Amino acid sequence: MVSCKCPECDGDIEIPDDVMDGEIISCQDCGEEFEASFNGKKEIKLKPAEVVAEDWGE
Amino acid sequence: MYDRIRWEEKTLRDKAKEKGIKAELIDAKSFPVDLSSKKIDKFGDIVLQRCIGYFRGLHFSAMLESKGISVINSFNTSLLCGDKLLTSLQLTKAGIPTPKTYVAFSMESALDAISKIGYPVVVKPIIGSWGRLISLVKDSESAEAVFEHREMMNNSLLKIYYIQEFVKRPPRDIRIISMDDEAVTAIYRSSTSDNWKTNVALGAKVSPCKITDEIEEIAVKTSEVLGGGILAIDAMESEDGILIHEVNSTIEFKGAATASGKDIGSKILDFVVRKYKN
Repeated sequence: MVSCKCPECDGDIEIPDDVMDGEIISCQDCGEEFEASFNGKKEIKLKPAEVVAEDWGE
Repeated sequence: MYDRIRWEEKTLRDKAKEKGIKAELIDAKSFPVDLSSKKIDKFGDIVLQRCIGYFRGLHFSAMLESKGISVINSFNTSLLCGDKLLTSLQLTKAGIPTPKTYVAFSMESALDAISKIGYPVVVKPIIGSWGRLISLVKDSESAEAVFEHREMMNNSLLKIYYIQEFVKRPPRDIRIISMDDEAVTAIYRSSTSDNWKTNVALGAKVSPCKITDEIEEIAVKTSEVLGGGILAIDAMESEDGILIHEVNSTIEFKGAATASGKDIGSKILDFVVRKYKN
């Protein structure tokens, strides 16, 4: 488990070891959603998650 | 290929690992494509397209297919299923029972269309899912309100008015998961007391549904006219028999797997492997 700081509220966010590129991670403190991004590298970055768009779905 | 990790993507990842299938998971958002190059590396021999964003998945499929990579579902199937108007055209052309539907391109002609169908009607966006922006319109005041709001929205797609009769049916619909010419499973999706819609995303309850001859026949025919692949076909039990009202081509199957007890993730992967070998 890797821990990092929430970019929104500075709370601690735990990231599971088997996290997938693009997986949504929520901050337990403020509830904000982030997307785990590897971008071809080993280091995980958190970027703001996309919000539901009109063409989202099945 | 995906653009957001849902329960389904995790299930497919785990099942692929279990089965020893060499599968790479690629986030469509993190991969630029050179249109002029003859091939796209990294995508292997066959791609299971699972994007949550319809336009993203559709256009990515077009690029992959143009470079000789097979995509499930195909670009054509995704195109036809992702747009309710195009789906309806295919269904009616093939004589598959479907709710009476009008399409209008202005507020005035939309109101004219309703006068031909009669209230209540269901107004839907042609693109979209999970019951989003679908309105049950019971009278002219409500119709004018819905259309007026749409007219003011800066979105060309919402100015295509897709208007359907409100079919008399039990408070549920039937979701059939098909893979080419096989109806793999069917479930009922029952609406809750506070919502007439039957989308699982809106809290509808799921339960198993027997695949009758009628259900199987209509599912196979629907799959055929839309180009096959892995589909979630939504049907209603009208007084005159089964009607097909919507077909989804990037299926969510958590509800169906729970209600039917079937390992749909494995079935999807087996289907993809079969397609690759053929």
